[in-house]
Amino acid sequence: MHCRYADPMGDTPQFFDELTRPDGQPRSPYDDYAHWFGQEDIGRLRRKSLEAETFFRRTGITFNVYGQQEADERLIPFDVVPRVLSAREWGRLTKGIEQRVRAINAFLYDLYHRQEILRAGRVPRELIAQNDAFLPQMIGVTPPGNVYTHIVGVDLVRTGEDQFYVLEDNARTPSGVSYMLENRETMLQMFPELFSRIKVKPVQDYPLRLSRSLCACGPPVTSGRPVIAVLTPGIHNAAYFEHSFLADHMGAELVEGHDLRVVDGRIAMRTTRGYKAIDVLYRRVDDDYLDPLNFNADSVLGVPGIMDVYRAGGITIANAPGTGIADDKAIYSYMPDIVEFYTGEKALLENVPTHRCAEVESLSYVLDNLADLVVKEVHGSGGYGMLVGPAASKKELSDFRAKLTAKPDKYIAQPTLALSTVPILTKAGLAPRHVDLRPFVLVSPNKIDITPGGLTRVALKKGSLVVNSSQGGGTKDTWVLED
Amino acid sequence: MLGKTAGGLYWMFRHLERCENTARLLEAGFRIALTRPDGSNDDWGSVIDTVGARAAYMEHHDQFDQAEVVNFLLRDPANPSNVMSAIDSARNNARLVRTALSREVWEATNECWMQLKTALAKPVPDRDLPEVLGLIRQLSGQVRGALHGTMLRNDIFNFARIGTFLERADNTARILDVKYYVLLPSISQIGSSLDNVQWENILRSVGGQRSFRWINGTEVSSHGIANFLILDSRMPRSLAFCVNKLQSNLSYLEREYDLRHPCHDMVQSMLGRLSAHSIDQIFENGLHEFILAFLSESAAVGNEIERNYRFQE
Repeated sequence: MHCRYADPMGDTPQFFDELTRPDGQPRSPYDDYAHWFGQEDIGRLRRKSLEAETFFRRTGITFNVYGQQEADERLIPFDVVPRVLSAREWGRLTKGIEQRVRAINAFLYDLYHRQEILRAGRVPRELIAQNDAFLPQMIGVTPPGNVYTHIVGVDLVRTGEDQFYVLEDNARTPSGVSYMLENRETMLQMFPELFSRIKVKPVQDYPLRLSRSLCACGPPVTSGRPVIAVLTPGIHNAAYFEHSFLADHMGAELVEGHDLRVVDGRIAMRTTRGYKAIDVLYRRVDDDYLDPLNFNADSVLGVPGIMDVYRAGGITIANAPGTGIADDKAIYSYMPDIVEFYTGEKALLENVPTHRCAEVESLSYVLDNLADLVVKEVHGSGGYGMLVGPAASKKELSDFRAKLTAKPDKYIAQPTLALSTVPILTKAGLAPRHVDLRPFVLVSPNKIDITPGGLTRVALKKGSLVVNSSQGGGTKDTWVLED
Repeated sequence: MLGKTAGGLYWMFRHLERCENTARLLEAGFRIALTRPDGSNDDWGSVIDTVGARAAYMEHHDQFDQAEVVNFLLRDPANPSNVMSAIDSARNNARLVRTALSREVWEATNECWMQLKTALAKPVPDRDLPEVLGLIRQLSGQVRGALHGTMLRNDIFNFARIGTFLERADNTARILDVKYYVLLPSISQIGSSLDNVQWENILRSVGGQRSFRWINGTEVSSHGIANFLILDSRMPRSLAFCVNKLQSNLSYLEREYDLRHPCHDMVQSMLGRLSAHSIDQIFENGLHEFILAFLSESAAVGNEIERNYRFQE
């Protein structure tokens, strides 16, 4: 079967396709795959597709959807056609990502210490002072090794051969890495012959790298090998599978708030032999719920007093509390300035041009061009509460217009990006669908470690630009080819 | 290990064991009902008694109808320990302690849950019952197989086994508790066909007919059966066997943690009582009293283990 679209987008050449050149031949990263695909039978691939689903269910790689009791556990659809990036493409991306992540950590350190960037007037003071994601409790606190964001997910989209944009930075508790790993595992099981033919950079050692990276950030009180634990809100959390997966593969304990308490100035977990101190806590609980004594008093997910232990150097919290200020959507539009301010270089990765609706001129532009724009809540995530102008009905547009006018500072707007497409396998054969990419970045005092590839999210619906799994998106294995 | 994890393992395996035991009870009850000459439903009443759910059952039913009892034990939400909710709890605990399980144990548990969810989605008609009950036994056996074949023999394994054997001992003791009157020589007419059926029921529900014959031939006596189920430490569902296993698993923990707890002494004394008495002495002192004492001791041991190993705060 030819590695060509059975159902091409036809007259929509404005989208960059990662598989096909304008002349109809495969782009070079896909050469070897296309050759293999050419000898495959679509029936076999469809069967493999179903096998993958059974495999995911058996393994329990599911996510919980809030507010949907019937479908308590759902699968994220997996597509069997890998997305392929060349070593050169990847090399360029990593330089940009590394620069950006360095800047984010320098920015956080600065915000919680001398605030030079505010003094220099490069970022408006009120944007920080009035922002819930800025934690006054962190002022003057220096985390071990100056690392704030131990784990970062940088969401990238592509619009052309060399055109990548950062859609958003995830500096709080980025998720999805378990899908990246299980997708590869699934592909290795289903298509071993592909991997003996095509050399793909491995991702499977991510948990070990994560563990090493976290160990390198232990607090000064650590004696011997640091004790790591993963803090989860519990089995009903959407990402519980991932939490247990990571704890499992790191050989760390998976704890909940009620397993922990403060003992002798340390955070300790209740074990069958008594309380045992934790050195590094990889928490998957939001700042707000982390400590009922210091933040949301109603939280039962956190540990009373953990912030006091943290400030006294008794534990490393990864990511550090208060990192949310760096991935706030209101801050996002300042990222090019932030990168330049701390690294002295121009940002290698571009930002999507962003209109801050809080500014009067921008607001009127946004209101005039609503049907062409994507409008996002400054504090939203997961694709909830956003407007995709070109896909919205008249009613949705006018409803959103009202919300926007009432509280303009809650929103930012961006042009609708022409996200690149990659092939997925449908009943009829290959079909192009829009994708984004979330590479995962580990930060330790002396190293920024980027796992080759990352999680590719794909909008399975024809023409859809929304890739979020909560909105019907799927995932695929992402290959970075060896040189 | 986290206290919560120890508790999760313990409950995971208690619930799995409970599924299997309920399936065995149902198999025995079903078989008896099929072969009973008088076609009465008496045995279904004692099956309900054995799982300790008479009150819950009577709230919704006024007689022991076969289809109702089967549905009640397999999937009726009115029965909090129906097979489906037990496997649900087992799997939820498995998710909770996933980091402590080998991939194979988790997958066997998940597979068990997925298949039973389908098999028990609707009431099970008589003609499918043997197959479904067999499936429950088989799937829970696969979890146990994966546990034995792939798990490190450390404290994780010990807590899993402690849950298994406490639940199993409890189950065997309940069967004896409900049926003790058939074993009392003064009341039973040895060799009458009714008693044979009842005894068969008891042996069948612990999967022990064949083993019993190996040991006792075709000679069936109440003392023989009681000895087999209480004192014979070769029989994997006897009280002596289960308490022995409890004791050995707790001893591993004692050695590994270098810490002796009150639960160790309690199990030691349970074991002492079982080995100090012959079956004749037990009958002499009162079989019923013996079983009641055993049930309350095993419940107390369970609570003590939870406390000693900090399952909860």
